Amino acid sequence: MNVLPLFVAIPLGAAFLTPILSKAGNRISAVLGLCANGFIMGLSIWIIQYSKDTIVYFAGGWQPIAGIPIGIAMVMDGLTVVMLLIINVVGFFAMLYSLNYMTRYTETGKYYTLFLLMMGGLNGVVLSGDLFNLFVFLEITAIASYSLVAFGVEAEELEASFKYQVLGGTASAMILLGIAVFYQLTGTLNLADASRVIEGIGLNPAVIFVGILFLVGFSLKAALMPFHAWLPDAHPSAPAPISAMLSGVVIKVLGVYTLIRMFFNIFGIGRMSFVLIVFLILGTLSMVAGAFLALSQKDFKRLLAYSSISQIGYVIFAFGLGTPLGFLGGLFHLINHASFKSLLFLNSGAVVYRTDNRDMEKMGGFSQRMPVTGTTSLMGSLSIGGIPPLGGFWSKLVIVIAAVESHHFILAGIAVLTSIITLAYYLKVQKMTFFGKLSDLYKGVKEVPVLMCVSMVTLAILSLGLGVLLLPQLRNIILDPAVNVIAGGLDYAKMVLGG
Amino acid sequence: MKGMTLIVKQISQLMVPSIFLLGIYVILHGHLTPGGGFAGGILIAGCFVLLVLAYGSDEVKSEVRKWRASFSESLGIFMFWFLAVLGLVQGSYFFYNIIAKINPGHPGQLFSAGIIPLCNMAIGIEVAGALFAIFITLAVLKAGEKL
Repeated sequence: MNVLPLFVAIPLGAAFLTPILSKAGNRISAVLGLCANGFIMGLSIWIIQYSKDTIVYFAGGWQPIAGIPIGIAMVMDGLTVVMLLIINVVGFFAMLYSLNYMTRYTETGKYYTLFLLMMGGLNGVVLSGDLFNLFVFLEITAIASYSLVAFGVEAEELEASFKYQVLGGTASAMILLGIAVFYQLTGTLNLADASRVIEGIGLNPAVIFVGILFLVGFSLKAALMPFHAWLPDAHPSAPAPISAMLSGVVIKVLGVYTLIRMFFNIFGIGRMSFVLIVFLILGTLSMVAGAFLALSQKDFKRLLAYSSISQIGYVIFAFGLGTPLGFLGGLFHLINHASFKSLLFLNSGAVVYRTDNRDMEKMGGFSQRMPVTGTTSLMGSLSIGGIPPLGGFWSKLVIVIAAVESHHFILAGIAVLTSIITLAYYLKVQKMTFFGKLSDLYKGVKEVPVLMCVSMVTLAILSLGLGVLLLPQLRNIILDPAVNVIAGGLDYAKMVLGG
Repeated sequence: MKGMTLIVKQISQLMVPSIFLLGIYVILHGHLTPGGGFAGGILIAGCFVLLVLAYGSDEVKSEVRKWRASFSESLGIFMFWFLAVLGLVQGSYFFYNIIAKINPGHPGQLFSAGIIPLCNMAIGIEVAGALFAIFITLAVLKAGEKL
């Protein structure tokens, strides 16, 4: 499978080419970025046909010797396919949206460079079969996103970026320390090989120490509740397409995906069952507290950021249930959240693009002037609020059923109540922003340019229709292989290394 | 930033060529001796930094110089990427050492190890450019000036 490195090579290559070409104008960088993202989006859709296989690729052609990998491995299995789809589809539409949106900023050539670096890093994290490479790609993504959060270089944006850097750096330091101890312990960095070695070592205190370091580090990246402080500043401060990427993709890849991969496939959840309880507690806490904090927000993008914390809480909660149905619900909600949260951030960007305002109290009646933005944001809001038969309803339903099935009745009740609160604050967004009376200040507001509309409409259609993923034909090729990888747990090593 | 005294200027004028040469040596022998693209690149960037400190920063502030630092950084990293992709195109593996397949050379000789010396050169250019660009941005430019 020679296409696997292309997911990393193409965005990185385009990122390195854009500064060279930037003398010829920022327009070229934009077109190059769009082409690169379009190509890897096509590739990520084409690769769905292999979702049931586990494909291993050794960079440089260094094949394993006697079953022990010596080179850097890239691994693609069902879970990776789902993550690649999320990253590249959302990434492409965020890029398409940027073409019009970024005209508000200067030095857009650098923006496209950083965006492409971030894409390459994200694809690298999910494809990497090697712990240290995973860390390197994680840092590429994180550093690109620190700069992108500060892209407006206003005081508020720089402060948010600084906060993000300090907490992100803390997380990276913990992960790196974890990797160092892990390497000392196992003598290998290949994930599949390490999984086997740990099986031999058993559960000694050093393994638990590494587990806790990873748990804290990746939870910081995922912005779970006690570690969430950076997110409500960082996500609203970035340009809208980057907010969409950060909330829709980055926290899922750097946080949720890595947590799942490490604890379910490498350490083995059977050995570290305390992690499931931590997931349940952190998930429920984020879910509830995120929702209540979102309820009182007046800033459009800040509300969306708190809502992200709440929805990531749902995902982690679902994985914490530890049953295949819970995994299905968690993954499905992850996909749904990527579509509607990026859509809602793009909507907030459209409002900012026309009005330069994020304070919802000063808005109102925009649906009359911006019909596409209004309609798509209504679709996104209803979907995230869990109105049947939209996408968000089905994933929350699966999560609640999974919770009931594993006898967590109270937590299932909390999940349902949180969903009602979610609907409440999104209806508040709709009422304050898009319905009601148009103030005189904004009489001249127009609909946003066509490329921004195209991105929003496509993501709106996705967030409406993603419920179809539960149909057996589609479930068979997209969700089920990913669930099998997670439920298979330590079979990961066998699938990757064979035997 | 103003330049320093004549003594400093003369000494750095004498020193810079040999430091530069050492940088190139470290890069070229990266696959044989300690060091490599990164260490050599740092040495080369160090030469430029020394010159700026000794002679003042007016010269380096010209648009062309700033552009060159940034350009060589991008070019270096792009060369590295190109070598990796060349392996994918020619040898069907990302980062495949295509030259070593044709002519592996003898271990310990300068012309050996295939694409690794080329990768070191790319890294050297990248690191020298990047470090000098960082130096200009942090130390020479005032707030509001752009690279």
